[in-house]
Amino acid sequence: MTTTDPTLSPTGPVGDRRSSGAGTGTRGTRIIGIATIVAMGWLVAFGLGFSPEDRDQRESVRLLYVHVPTIWIAYLAFIVTAIASVMYFFGKKKSLGWDRLAGASAEIGTAFVAVTLVIGAMWGRLTWGVFWQWDARLTTTALLFVTYIGYLAVRRLGGTHEQRARRSAVIGMLAVLEIPLVHWSVRLWRSLHQEATVLGTDGDVSMDGLMLFSLFIGVIAFSLLYVWLVMHRTRVMAMEDLLDDRDLDEALAARHAEAEPVVAAGNEEGTA
Amino acid sequence: MNTLQIARLVAAKDLRIEWNSRVFVNQVLPFAGVTMVIFAFALDADSVLQRVAPGLVWLATLFSLLVLVQRAFAVETADGALDALRVAGVDPRAIYLGKAAALGVQLLVLEAVLLFAAVVLYGQTIPAGGWVLLVTTLISATCGLAAVGTLYGGLAAGFTGRETLLPLLTFPAVAPVLIGATRAVEAALGTAGAVVSDGWPWVGLLAVFAVAFGVGGALAFGPLIDE
Repeated sequence: MTTTDPTLSPTGPVGDRRSSGAGTGTRGTRIIGIATIVAMGWLVAFGLGFSPEDRDQRESVRLLYVHVPTIWIAYLAFIVTAIASVMYFFGKKKSLGWDRLAGASAEIGTAFVAVTLVIGAMWGRLTWGVFWQWDARLTTTALLFVTYIGYLAVRRLGGTHEQRARRSAVIGMLAVLEIPLVHWSVRLWRSLHQEATVLGTDGDVSMDGLMLFSLFIGVIAFSLLYVWLVMHRTRVMAMEDLLDDRDLDEALAARHAEAEPVVAAGNEEGTA
Repeated sequence: MNTLQIARLVAAKDLRIEWNSRVFVNQVLPFAGVTMVIFAFALDADSVLQRVAPGLVWLATLFSLLVLVQRAFAVETADGALDALRVAGVDPRAIYLGKAAALGVQLLVLEAVLLFAAVVLYGQTIPAGGWVLLVTTLISATCGLAAVGTLYGGLAAGFTGRETLLPLLTFPAVAPVLIGATRAVEAALGTAGAVVSDGWPWVGLLAVFAVAFGVGGALAFGPLIDE
């Protein structure tokens, strides 16, 4: 299993994929995890070390190597959520795997938007002198953040897994309807009610080659981080659902059954 | 009976319940009124109030919307009425449209009262040229608010934590209505030198919003309550 398989059944591979019975890691996630660490190391080296400081923004330009990739990946995550919601809702099998993929992706996307907003506020303080501007893009991003917090709250409403899946799929699809409307209205609001804002362009129309490369590494690093987190999170969700579905005894029995070979092997080693 | 006829029956039922219980008249309208008064406490100066009056009208509407939506679904879930409707084979789209229509009627009354309060309390005047824009704005904004409110109200109905979930879902979704309706009413009332023609693009936004969420809501409502 090297990829997240959305159609993973709760009773299937979760158990037999693992031999130790602990954790959600597989060879695939470990490879991606190591790649993430390497890419993050590169990002630190290039972002903080090799890339030059900006003529106008000075050192604060380095914040953009996190700010820009996180929001791109967050958009990607929300697109994945929307697609997975559609797949669940209109799919014939009603596979909960799609629902879990949607939920995991939304959680990580929301976390990434939070990072974007915090880093952006820091950058804004350094560059514009204020943490926040009522700029169209900022305002839309803030509302996007709240919208997906609402989506995550809907996932926690309770009920059966199928109820959760159907409700959150509907909300996941409605968010796609909502976000463009919010963006359109906020843009109209700002364009009519504020003279040309100072913050429009960053001044770096021709971006330095090394800066662009650092940004590129940032995108790679955060993409890997996203994939790694989603894989683990969907598996944790599958396990949570599994736990909910079965009686506790049954779940315990299953875990014992999984752990037995390891325990037996351990005993053999101990006695030898 | 077709969907629209059933929707009309559902709307009439909701309005009759409201009329008999008088909750709207005795509690929601006074709540909206007191909101307008406490806005004045918070913002103090008369000139500020005059400038922001249209926005305050819509903010008070949004707060009251939450109360109204809670109320609209409390009567449905109290005795399993919603389930009974579903068991009786009533088309969920008809329930949605009917409840949204009933909510819309109440919102329109509420908005008229709030505008009157803004005239009395905040010193607003309604110029003769602004009436058409004002009424169009009220109707299109109300349709959008009712569509969103009914949809998310139905989603949260019958679950613990719905009182807190509803505003979290509703406010980001109706942000376009708040922006559009505030600007359009500013144009209609001539607040801060706005002219009437400025308001019409915003009415377009409100109309698109109302249609999008009306259609989306009618389609999504069935799967949301069907459980």
